[in-house]
Amino acid sequence: MATARSVAERFESLGSVREGLAGVDYLADDAIAGVVFLADRLDKPVLVEGPAGTGKTELAKAVARWAGSRLIRLQCYEGLDESKALYEWNYRKQLLRIQAGEGAGTSWADLEGDIFTEEFLLTRPLLEAIRADEPVVLLIDEVDRVEVETEALLLEVLSDWQVSVPEMGTVVARRIPLVFLTSNGTRDLSEALKRRCLYLHLDYPSVEREREIILARVPELPGHLAAEVARVVRSLRMLDLRKPPSVSETLDWARTLVILGVDTLDADVTESTLHVLLKHRADIAAAARELKTAG
Amino acid sequence: MLDLLAGFVGELRAAGLPVSLTENIDAMAAVSHVPLDDREALRVAMAATMVKRPEHRPAFDTVFEAYFALAPASLPDDPDVDLGALLDEALVSGDTEAVRRLAQLAVARLAGMEAGRGVRGSAYVFKTLRLLDVEGALARLLAGADGWLERDDLAAAGERLRGEIEAEVRRRLVAEKGPQAVARSVRRPLPEDVDFLHASRDDLAALHRALRPLARRMASRLARRRRQGGHGRLDFRRTLRRSLSTGGVPADPRFRRPHPHKPEIVVLADVSGSVATFARFTLQLVHALSGEFSAVRTFVFIDGIDEVTRLFAESDDLTSALARVHQEADVVAADGHSDYGRAFAAFGARWGREITGRTSVIVLGDARNNYHASSAGVLAELHRRARRVWWLNPEPRSYWDTGDSIVAEYARHCDGVFECRNLRQLEAFVSQIG
Repeated sequence: MATARSVAERFESLGSVREGLAGVDYLADDAIAGVVFLADRLDKPVLVEGPAGTGKTELAKAVARWAGSRLIRLQCYEGLDESKALYEWNYRKQLLRIQAGEGAGTSWADLEGDIFTEEFLLTRPLLEAIRADEPVVLLIDEVDRVEVETEALLLEVLSDWQVSVPEMGTVVARRIPLVFLTSNGTRDLSEALKRRCLYLHLDYPSVEREREIILARVPELPGHLAAEVARVVRSLRMLDLRKPPSVSETLDWARTLVILGVDTLDADVTESTLHVLLKHRADIAAAARELKTAG
Repeated sequence: MLDLLAGFVGELRAAGLPVSLTENIDAMAAVSHVPLDDREALRVAMAATMVKRPEHRPAFDTVFEAYFALAPASLPDDPDVDLGALLDEALVSGDTEAVRRLAQLAVARLAGMEAGRGVRGSAYVFKTLRLLDVEGALARLLAGADGWLERDDLAAAGERLRGEIEAEVRRRLVAEKGPQAVARSVRRPLPEDVDFLHASRDDLAALHRALRPLARRMASRLARRRRQGGHGRLDFRRTLRRSLSTGGVPADPRFRRPHPHKPEIVVLADVSGSVATFARFTLQLVHALSGEFSAVRTFVFIDGIDEVTRLFAESDDLTSALARVHQEADVVAADGHSDYGRAFAAFGARWGREITGRTSVIVLGDARNNYHASSAGVLAELHRRARRVWWLNPEPRSYWDTGDSIVAEYARHCDGVFECRNLRQLEAFVSQIG
């Protein structure tokens, strides 16, 4: 069996990862850059966990963009099964083949050898990533949504980089893809899966980093406002809210401010645009109360 | 280096982190790919391979700081420097460098660390914080601050200063005693292992933070299990429709979705001082899960009993609801010491008829009855009417039935009595009843 080796060392050094990601407008901190670098060196998948809207999916996309790889995405949902994640036989086409063969008098053995070939195989994201000739980034999104039993499907792929198709044999990866799994933590993933992955917890960024993210993604916003936006969002997250504002919501807010042509961020402006940041009635009320008392 | 890493992993395990053998090997491989003089890269490499839960990260960082400590600052203490002025400046600016310098100076001058003393890191930290009067300075500055943003800036700077002082004390201790002794002395239980009854203020804050994600995880677990509970009856119409595509052979039977009923929960919580923390966290968890139950009714008692379901329903914010429980609920009937017997009797007389075969009753308390009558008969009656009666006791099992604890007397009328001293045990219990 040919050994599956990735193109040795896609990324040169820690620093180059950080710069490369910054080049595609993704600001990586030490932890993010370090984990992406190690994922490449150790040929291990990365499990990214954290609250919604902190840039988990975006990380995979940014890495693909930077490395110039194709992004293959498997969106997980409850009820996801082998036929949607790995492969499926195109049985309608097989049926046609059998019917076409009946007239010509093909023997069953020939027919069987014929209908279980690549021509009749519908590849799904996992198999596609394994079989790809070019470098790919595989994104397995919201893996916490699948059942525990389905998780086991991933184990063979992620640790041995191969997929077994009983009728055809084992498909081994031609080159090992970079894999990102994301999870919102709605349930604990199995220990077996966690053990195979590098773990990255993406939390809300610090004030300074969030300001930089805003500046990178919404360059139209003046610098002093970006700092102000980051501080307001930080303070909102310190309140006991049901759903603290995410980074993507912060960016939406920054864009809103640009469109409204706001120049200074006072309590009135903040209060009238809170609904961009907070999506629960109770949260908006709590934040407005805080704004008033602060006067 | 290998010895150091082995000691480090040993200490992580001792702190309660589940580091498996493969993870250990991965960590070694990861470390070989990062430059060894880059401390942050080293930290990232080891955290990514060995820490797979965010709640465990603080514990990891503590051990890391002990084992891979920077050398302590060797600033000459300049007696002319006015620490008070520096403190104000550092807090107002929030500048990382200023805060660090202040922390180093303050520890050198105020902590009074001497060689040869026992390692008690936290004592030095408290001493420094007290002598520097950080609380006082913060309060003064907070009073003068306008706007919540500035207040939060100050609070953040205060937190940072505290962290820097802790780090500096630790660095000095490590330089003197070596990493092992220090790591052991600063070891703290993981949030899920914190004992409800003996939690410090920091522990409580950690518990509070851990509770919301826990509730979310449990809600989705309960919902998932309900949906998955096997399939229901055959859906004849849809099966027939499906069979058309296979030439009338019903190859792909369809089933109706099952509709298992959601349990109805009645919680009776002892909120007297000794077990108040436990009751608070459990109530919070049960209410965060209220969507998974058809109804949740909450009663609190000390020696009187009162229903507080309304308080939780009215208020969106659980913390304020819990504060109101203590102000508004009528829980003291006689002397304000727990009297389970009297509370049960009052409950049985007033609400006993509302307990039906669909209700599950959960009692929270240590069953320390202050030698009053037990009124176990009332509980027996509840047990007859209700679907299930569970008792959660925050005390270690070995304390049960000692002194005025009469768990055994009540246990006879319960479907289960559970020791529930920390979040881990609480989680195990809730996932069982869903």
